[in-house]
Amino acid sequence: MPCIEARGLRKAFGTTVALDGVDLRVEEGRILGLIGPNGAGKTTALNAILGLIPYDGQLRVLGRDPWVERERLMCDVSFIADVAVLPRWIRVSEAIDYVAGVHPRFDRSKAEGFLGKTTIKRSSRVRELSKGMVAQLHLALVMAIDARLLILDEPTLGLDILYRKQFYDSLLNDYYDRTRTIIVTTHQVEEIQHVITDLMFIDRGRIVFGCNMEDFESRFAEVTVKPERLADARALKPIYERQLLGRSILLFDRVDRQQLAALGEVHTPSIADLFVAVIASQNGKPQAGQVHSQFAGVTR
Amino acid sequence: MTTPSQAANGTFESQSAPAAALTPTRPFYWSVRRELFEYRSIYLAPLAIGAVVLLGFLVVLARLPKTMQRAMTMEPMAHRHALAQPFDVAASLIMMAAFIVSIFYSLDCLYGERRDRSILFWKSLPVSDLTTVLAKACILLLVLQVLSFAITLVVETVMLLLSSAVVAGSGFSVTEYWSSLELYSTMWGLAYHLVTVHMLWYAPLYCWLLLVSAWSRRMPFLWAVLPPFAVVIFEKIAFHTSYFQSFLIERFSGGNEAVGGGKGNMLDPDMHMTPGPFLLTPGLWLGLLFAAAFLWSAARLRRQRSPL
Repeated sequence: MPCIEARGLRKAFGTTVALDGVDLRVEEGRILGLIGPNGAGKTTALNAILGLIPYDGQLRVLGRDPWVERERLMCDVSFIADVAVLPRWIRVSEAIDYVAGVHPRFDRSKAEGFLGKTTIKRSSRVRELSKGMVAQLHLALVMAIDARLLILDEPTLGLDILYRKQFYDSLLNDYYDRTRTIIVTTHQVEEIQHVITDLMFIDRGRIVFGCNMEDFESRFAEVTVKPERLADARALKPIYERQLLGRSILLFDRVDRQQLAALGEVHTPSIADLFVAVIASQNGKPQAGQVHSQFAGVTR
Repeated sequence: MTTPSQAANGTFESQSAPAAALTPTRPFYWSVRRELFEYRSIYLAPLAIGAVVLLGFLVVLARLPKTMQRAMTMEPMAHRHALAQPFDVAASLIMMAAFIVSIFYSLDCLYGERRDRSILFWKSLPVSDLTTVLAKACILLLVLQVLSFAITLVVETVMLLLSSAVVAGSGFSVTEYWSSLELYSTMWGLAYHLVTVHMLWYAPLYCWLLLVSAWSRRMPFLWAVLPPFAVVIFEKIAFHTSYFQSFLIERFSGGNEAVGGGKGNMLDPDMHMTPGPFLLTPGLWLGLLFAAAFLWSAARLRRQRSPL
């Protein structure tokens, strides 16, 4: 059974279409990065998965309809919406007591253990903590829940580099066990490149690209092309071309690496580079006539 | 954690197993506790008023021997009134504090969680919207009333001990003093009043405020007050009648069927409780029906509402 299965998921707010027929399948044990520009429908998709908003179309999360069975679902699903949702008045000890009280799968000693590694005092109120500490607290609460699906919507927004690094480190070291599923959205794509197992791009309410990270590394190659080989390189149909410091950098999909090595310096692109390429092709703004819209509708 | 075999067969059984571990009372109990974490004024405000009353009573104590002397010459009613008045004032003030707290609380509790976005945190936990709303109603209808009674009981006990010491010290009979206070019957009267009026008769008012709190995007107080006010004005202008106004007045001052005799004062020992006629009042049951509908709608609204 997939962890999440959506077919034709639609959601409109008035005349604004936030989700325009999303088809999605996430297997258990994956870490999915859901990347998209502002207003692409990321949060709407996550809210539908979490049972926070009604929707049209089919959606099953761990076999349940989230809108109808939110509180049941929340026994198996945790989420961190962003760093600012912990109530500011609550004391750390009260937050632990409350979650321990209402959540059947919360392990208090685990939470205490995670908090023990931080400088957060039990008697502090959330409003007295720094943003980074609030994120640590929320993560400690969530990691102590034995959930099957964890959803992180911009979890590190506004945190400094140290806290962001720490956030993903503890998530991978202390939480992820290859049976849990994690979905994360973020604009800081570079910091999740080595965290995620699956990648999905969403734009204007549609999933426009999806692949797993092994495929990502074998499929895509970026070449800093020697100026004299530019015409040869373009003949191989790059999916995107950009200029950097006077050099042309071309992005290829499923082109033999040995062939590319002759054209210039080959390296694996960053998620951000691929994202820009895909979104540009979606928007029908071919750059230098080099963008091929072969991504439209490509999903895993 | 799901084992691979469980995940593979994906039967309904393996899905419902964790849900069965949920007992409905625990989330409810902790939802009530959480309200007390957040709104400490629920108990701090009546306690503060209780403390102020005790301070004020010290002044009364200084005059008590003289009051006793004067009371001896009065007729029984006036005699009782002279001595018991501070106790009646204490009970009324504490009750009023609890009432004011409940107005502010009910208007804020479902609105504030959307304003500070913490609703996203509450909704990330396995607590249903109905449980949450019922917990808030429980604070209004039960916790606040019980607290207001308990605090009054403690404050009046302290007052009684202090004043008895003064009475005994100035050579009067303590038993006579106690019997003229009739505290036992007034405490009964208070409990009865809290149950009949504040818990049962006012239930639709509190629940209306909860509904407005769940519904409004800004200024819940205005939304709670203006629509009924508008209806009154409209009725006056359009039909030259004031049925709705008298309906509102009856609701606010109501619950009068619960007591007979006396001067309508809940702490008047002459009044007697008439729960029978009160329970037969259609207004009571209609009100409770509306209260239930308001709560149900508030839970539905909370389910759909996103942070402001």
